[in-house]
Amino acid sequence: MTKHHQPKLDTSPVVSDEIRRTTCYMCACRCGINVHMKNGKVKYIEGNRDHPVNKGVLCAKGSSGVMQHYAPSRLKAPMKRVGERGEGKFEEISWEEAFDIAVGLLKPIRETDPKKLAFFTGRDQSQSMTGWWAQNYGTLNYAAHGGFCSVNMAAGGIYTMGGAFWEFGAPDWERAKLFMIFGVAEDHDSNPIKMGLGKLKANGAKIIGVNPIRTGYNAIADEWVGITPGTDGLFILSLIHELLKAGKVDLDYLIRYTNMPFLVNQVEGSDQFGLFVRDADNNQLVWDRATGKAVPYETLGAKPAMSGMVEVDGVQCKPAFELLAEKYLTDEYTPEAVEERVGIPADRIRSIAADIARVAFDEEITLDIPWTDWKGEKHEKMIGRPVAMHAMRGISAHSNGFQTARALHILQILVGSVEVPGGFRFKPPYPKSVEDHPKPHHDVTPNAPLNGPHLGYPRGPEDLCLEEDGSAKRIDKAFTWENPLSAHGMMHMVISNAHAGDPYKIDTLFMYMANMSWNSSMNTSQVMDMLRDKDEDGNYVIPNIIYSDAYSSEMVAFADLILPDTTYLERHDCISLLDRPICEADGLADSIRWPVVEPDRDVRGFQSVLIELGARLGLPAMVNEDGSAKFKDYADYIVNHERRPGVGPLAGWRGKDGEGKGRGEPNPEQLDRYIENGGFWQEHIQPENAFYKPWNKGYQEWAVERGIFDKESPYVFTVYQEIIQKFRLAAEGHGDIQPPEHLREQVKMAMEPLPSWYEPFEQTTINKDEYPIHALTQRPMAMYHSWGTQNAWLRQIHGRNPLYVSGEIWAEHGFSEGDWAQVTSPNGSITVPVVLMEALNAKTVWTWNAIGKRKGAWALQEDAPETTEGFLLNHLISELLPPKKDGQRWSNSDPVTGQAAWFDLRVKIKRVNAPADLQTNPSFAAQESPVGKGPKDIAFGEEWT
Amino acid sequence: MHPAPSVIIFSTISGLGFGLMLFLGLGLPDVNGWVAAVFATVALGLAVIGLLASTFHLGNPKNAIYAFSQWKTSWLSREGIVSILTLGTFFIYATLWAFMDMRIPALGYLASALAMTTVFTTSMIYAQLKSVPRWNTAVTPLLFLLYAAAGGALLSNQMTVALILLGLVFAFQSLAWMQGDTALTRSGSSIETATGLGGLGKVRLLEKPHSGKNYLLQEMVYVVGRKHAAKLRVLSLLLVALLPALLILLTEVNHVIVAVIMLSHIIGLFAQRWLFFAQAEHVVGLYYDAR
Amino acid sequence: MTQLPTSTEKKLGLVIDLDTCVGCHACEISCKGWNTVEYGAPLSDMDAYGGDPSGTFLNRVHTFEAKAEGCASQTVHFPKSCLHCEDAPCVPVCPTGASYKREEDGIVLVNEDKCMGCGLCAWACPYGARELDQMAGVMKKCTLCVDRIYNDNLPEEDRIPSCVRTCPAGARHFGDFADPESNVSKLVAERGGMDLMPEQGTKPVNKYLPPRPKADVNGTQMPALEAQSEEITGFLGWLDRTLEKI
Ligand SMILES: Nc1nc2c(c(=O)[nH]1)N[C@H]1C(S)=C(S)[C@@H](COP(=O)(O)OP(=O)(O)OC[C@H]3O[C@@H](n4cnc5c(=O)[nH]c(N)nc54)[C@H](O)[C@@H]3O)O[C@H]1N2
Ligand SMILES: Nc1nc2c(c(=O)[nH]1)N[C@H]1C(S)=C(S)[C@@H](COP(=O)(O)OP(=O)(O)OC[C@H]3O[C@@H](n4cnc5c(=O)[nH]c(N)nc54)[C@H](O)[C@@H]3O)O[C@H]1N2
Ligand code: SF4
Ligand code: SF4
Ligand code: SF4
Ligand code: SF4
Ligand code: SF4
Ligand SMILES: [Mo]
Repeated sequence: MTKHHQPKLDTSPVVSDEIRRTTCYMCACRCGINVHMKNGKVKYIEGNRDHPVNKGVLCAKGSSGVMQHYAPSRLKAPMKRVGERGEGKFEEISWEEAFDIAVGLLKPIRETDPKKLAFFTGRDQSQSMTGWWAQNYGTLNYAAHGGFCSVNMAAGGIYTMGGAFWEFGAPDWERAKLFMIFGVAEDHDSNPIKMGLGKLKANGAKIIGVNPIRTGYNAIADEWVGITPGTDGLFILSLIHELLKAGKVDLDYLIRYTNMPFLVNQVEGSDQFGLFVRDADNNQLVWDRATGKAVPYETLGAKPAMSGMVEVDGVQCKPAFELLAEKYLTDEYTPEAVEERVGIPADRIRSIAADIARVAFDEEITLDIPWTDWKGEKHEKMIGRPVAMHAMRGISAHSNGFQTARALHILQILVGSVEVPGGFRFKPPYPKSVEDHPKPHHDVTPNAPLNGPHLGYPRGPEDLCLEEDGSAKRIDKAFTWENPLSAHGMMHMVISNAHAGDPYKIDTLFMYMANMSWNSSMNTSQVMDMLRDKDEDGNYVIPNIIYSDAYSSEMVAFADLILPDTTYLERHDCISLLDRPICEADGLADSIRWPVVEPDRDVRGFQSVLIELGARLGLPAMVNEDGSAKFKDYADYIVNHERRPGVGPLAGWRGKDGEGKGRGEPNPEQLDRYIENGGFWQEHIQPENAFYKPWNKGYQEWAVERGIFDKESPYVFTVYQEIIQKFRLAAEGHGDIQPPEHLREQVKMAMEPLPSWYEPFEQTTINKDEYPIHALTQRPMAMYHSWGTQNAWLRQIHGRNPLYVSGEIWAEHGFSEGDWAQVTSPNGSITVPVVLMEALNAKTVWTWNAIGKRKGAWALQEDAPETTEGFLLNHLISELLPPKKDGQRWSNSDPVTGQAAWFDLRVKIKRVNAPADLQTNPSFAAQESPVGKGPKDIAFGEEWT
Repeated sequence: MHPAPSVIIFSTISGLGFGLMLFLGLGLPDVNGWVAAVFATVALGLAVIGLLASTFHLGNPKNAIYAFSQWKTSWLSREGIVSILTLGTFFIYATLWAFMDMRIPALGYLASALAMTTVFTTSMIYAQLKSVPRWNTAVTPLLFLLYAAAGGALLSNQMTVALILLGLVFAFQSLAWMQGDTALTRSGSSIETATGLGGLGKVRLLEKPHSGKNYLLQEMVYVVGRKHAAKLRVLSLLLVALLPALLILLTEVNHVIVAVIMLSHIIGLFAQRWLFFAQAEHVVGLYYDAR
Repeated sequence: MTQLPTSTEKKLGLVIDLDTCVGCHACEISCKGWNTVEYGAPLSDMDAYGGDPSGTFLNRVHTFEAKAEGCASQTVHFPKSCLHCEDAPCVPVCPTGASYKREEDGIVLVNEDKCMGCGLCAWACPYGARELDQMAGVMKKCTLCVDRIYNDNLPEEDRIPSCVRTCPAGARHFGDFADPESNVSKLVAERGGMDLMPEQGTKPVNKYLPPRPKADVNGTQMPALEAQSEEITGFLGWLDRTLEKI
């Protein structure tokens, strides 16, 4: 036989001329990327190994960034609408004209009634900047998208422990031995969660996935709990019942680090009932068993009682822990009492409780790292309870999500697993107690800035944004009795409220990076109608819409003026500690994006546009004394803006010498330093400061040095929530500010200082037998909302979305492969293809989120499967619930935070013949594409291969 | 497998051509002069058209020249080489025979042998594939040879031989279908072995890797039109073997009848070849829960 | 050259951990991103923005469900690329000599300068690991990133396949199966690494680690916690006793 021949192969090709390191923005996870440049063009993108977030890995979206960067759907120039709203007919204009139009609209509003501008931003990561702009403009109608996203999670966490899951913390992936993940399909921490799960697997930890649907993370969970949607609160409280009953709670932790020993007023009927008992200096008191006296909770050496009614200055009171034990030890929460509703057998609930207790207490870990607490007490060791938990929208996007999130945090706290090794850890600038967060501000004055930040955390009814007559001050009705703690605003209500003129009419709706006529709206079909609707005079009911997008989305078609943004590789961005930073539990970090290539179109970074617009409007913080623009562009702002003296958007390399960390004067070279360092700055926390952060003196001091706080701010976890009780007292008739009659019962029910579970609202207003099925959506890991579709690689993965149907429903309705179904909710009907899925809660159907597209959008051909076979569940979901007995239509949100209750949806299903055209229903007339259509066949990389 | 027209045309038409060569090489029918020239041209023409058709299947025909290089391992390469040898040998044989009236039997036998070897190599391209259990049997080459020979017999007007061969085609084709229908199951490959997940229970596909189509699905997971397969089988046997046989047995065979016979046979053959591909389940289909 | 080498010095390949793969498709897209700008012709996408998009991918991630009688159904995400078989049936069938298996490391490659796009190798592969690029007309398959793993222009730590480097969950491992001490050999030994379709006789080099046993519908069945007390009064008694000890 002849010798085996092989061709010569170049195994060392030169990959690129240069690597430019910046931050990914194919989603909000903000991983570091190496952008390989060849002949001045973007060739290949990989993860940056040094980056704190992703340490080199990259998800499918991130790796397909090249296709986004070259997407045919990119907007090319500013445009003004020439057709009717929704048609997509535009004329390209110059930036000068665009600014003139914008100033022409916004200047008069500011001079007369600034609230007539509603400025809402979506998936951007510059809320500290957009908020600052809106504050300077003077409107109170500003918020980002948190209200329809996961405010329940954020507020539930902040009000309980001064930080939340979301992006505010993370499990101790290195040390956890039991990890429970509730209602997560993908989440914001996309790559970190996957990396973490990989670590847990490698370490042999156990993963319990609580989710009606078993895909993704739940697929690899060692134990899958296919819970009935909307019942997690009940399940968690039953776990708490079991743990309490067995005495498996960390009393030492509860005494030291929580308000569980605080004495609570027990004088029924008093306006102080349920509030903490305080001394003259306003200190909360505990009962010291050693001295038999009430002493301030911070008293060194006190031995607080955890039970027993005592009298303090004539007031009967009890430690909060006893209230908690009394509440959760009742038979209401036995596994038997809840099993049917949650769909988990009682034995199994017991078994999970036992697992938690076993790992928390029998597998305790200790780190030999001495540390000192805020009272000055020295500790030799750090004691870890290696039970970590994480949750997201599966809990959050229900109308009982706030209290469920609280319940979950309480479970974590009871076993002492927050901010300890192996448990859940905060990422700086968290933890931060409610008291250290702003309150909402709402005093509007023409031609002047708003009196403070728009959004915040109310401390009582006095912080609501209400007019004298009790009506809402904000267009989204945030911070009203309907949803008092709506800390992120309620973007999902803006269009319908503005359309209804309730509480008032607005003049201009200004939006940024939110596809509000499509996938981020409930009731999509009707929202499109609202945007198009005209009054008797033929004027649009919502008079003006300005919108900034980077791509030809569905929302673009409905705007009057388009301010085209660049792609993420073409602009400066700032992922700031003032905002939603990229910190890890072990360190402080922030990062930038910078133009690794210059745009080849007449587009501009939106933040720069906003700054210029601000200057043209003469907004105080954006102009110098002489009226000239204070900042050249966003890059200039990032470097030179100071929020507080010495504290600005970026924390790294501050000061003239560039040595400042967190604090220091602006450094003109700051961006260069970031770019040299791979686009980010990071500082690790010393091991002795890395745990117990709310109570760790070392951490607190360090946080002050870094500008996170201006003074040390230790606090204890507010398991018992006094602020919430204040709202409840108001509903019971105490105080000056009380809810309107029709809301009293709701406020009383929802505002419980210790969480209860209540049935999701939607199912209490409809006939559950008629609509027996839960309908959910999940995020596909390889798609980002609507904007993945324009990506030639990603759209091949998810170009259409079937409705996945549980085995039980499949059998009951006699479905077979290739079948279609009509799915009906009280709000409407859709006709869609179905697919069987066994690993699914018996009463549940689901589909991937945001795959369906409107014809003509995203530069796709009109027969794109996304438009013919894809569909949105949003048509079935209403922002208002069906009328109650009193005829009132309540909003489909959490009564505490206003969080949109996407996952409360109930439907019925019917087998139907496949439509002749095999198209899903509803289907909408095509919008015109202002950017043309994408090419037919492509071969990216031709020039290099 | 995708029943690509180019491959169907190639294997049927070239098969007929090489089948005819078989008989012409054996000296049947015993004609000469222009009649011989016509027979030889038909044989060559069919073989060449078939071979050319096969090149339409190539994604990158400019490299086809390399296809002759791998005779040691590749049946496709062997087919290329043997077919060229066959065409060459037959061409010389036929030229001498038709134009110089020199019929050299040894050369003829060689051409016949080569023609059948070509058909055999073609069949082995399919029969060698373990990944397509239905094809991966000795019956595949046997059938290819029988089809080619039967067609050749009909074309060369060797009706008695044709009758026998058609009978064999009928028998072995029926056997092939019977065996073929259980071939995938018997091969031992299943979605469970394909995924290695059999230990977890019954396996089914929940989601394809891509919602759209791909090369694999188009090329190897062809399931379109299979529901008509049973009818098509009957029709194919009827046209390819039964009707020609009946016509031979019951009629006075003249030119018109021969034409009818050939037409029937060829249509039947197309149907058979379509089924040969369309019904062949590639094991990759297991990953798509489709066979 | 389409003869398979009788043996190879190394046996480079991948281990894919089905217990850890979350089905994120990152490996697949990263693979596309790398390979469309390196080795040979780009990986085209036909009708890229139209009604029937289909492109060339060297790695695709399936999702299966598996259910045994009386047990909870499991979902398994399942990435699949070329397994670089020792007895690769795709190689000997190739008429042009374009397909070959490297003697030094066992990587199975297509030499595009010779490939005529007949598709036979794709037919021969039981795993669907080869795709004929519809624009270039040449056969495409996983190269095991042969242009990365030896690439002197890449930092040492990056000399691994693109898909391995990118996998967020760490479910993909690269190494030499000929070396019993290698990371991949050890993983296979520890976790019962398996072959896909062993009955095809291809002797795949790549191995899959099966999902670890999962809890059933009834959960792990931990014994229930022992109650300190069913009653609140009893609980408070326990509380007192415990507090004394703190
Ligand atoms: N049924 C259902 N509906 C849901 C949800 C659900 O779970 N189920 N989830 C809800 C949640 S949590 C959210 S957050 C929303 C998300 O919904 P949206 O906030 O609407 O998010 P996207 O679809 O990503 O749209 C954002 C817009 O930003 C544009 N964009 C992308 N990049 C840039 C850029 O660089 N600059 C600019 N200016 N624009 C850009 C895109 O083109 C797109 O038009 O959806 C909500 N809708
Ligand atoms: N790839 C990708 N990543 C993204 C996004 C994206 O679009 N694509 N979007 C980003 C955004 S804006 C957000 S808000 C986050 C959201 O990230 P996730 O919180 O992961 O959001 P969803 O995909 O909506 O997943 C909700 C999960 O909750 C489950 N679920 C629903 N109801 C219940 C319930 O009652 N109980 C329990 N236990 N589970 C339930 C659903 O089955 C689903 O698995 O993801 C972010 N990351
Ligand atoms: S998770 Fe993916 S898309 Fe999001 S930032 Fe990271 S790499 Fe980019
Ligand atoms: S990148 Fe990793 S986790 Fe994601 S699909 Fe591929 S192997 Fe699975
Ligand atoms: S997986 Fe397929 S392509 Fe790869 S070596 Fe094996 S047979 Fe060949
Ligand atoms: S497609 Fe190319 S590599 Fe494959 S068998 Fe044909 S010539 Fe060889
Ligand atoms: S080894 Fe390279 S070519 Fe093969 S699947 Fe991974 S990334 Fe793709
Ligand atoms: Mo969100």
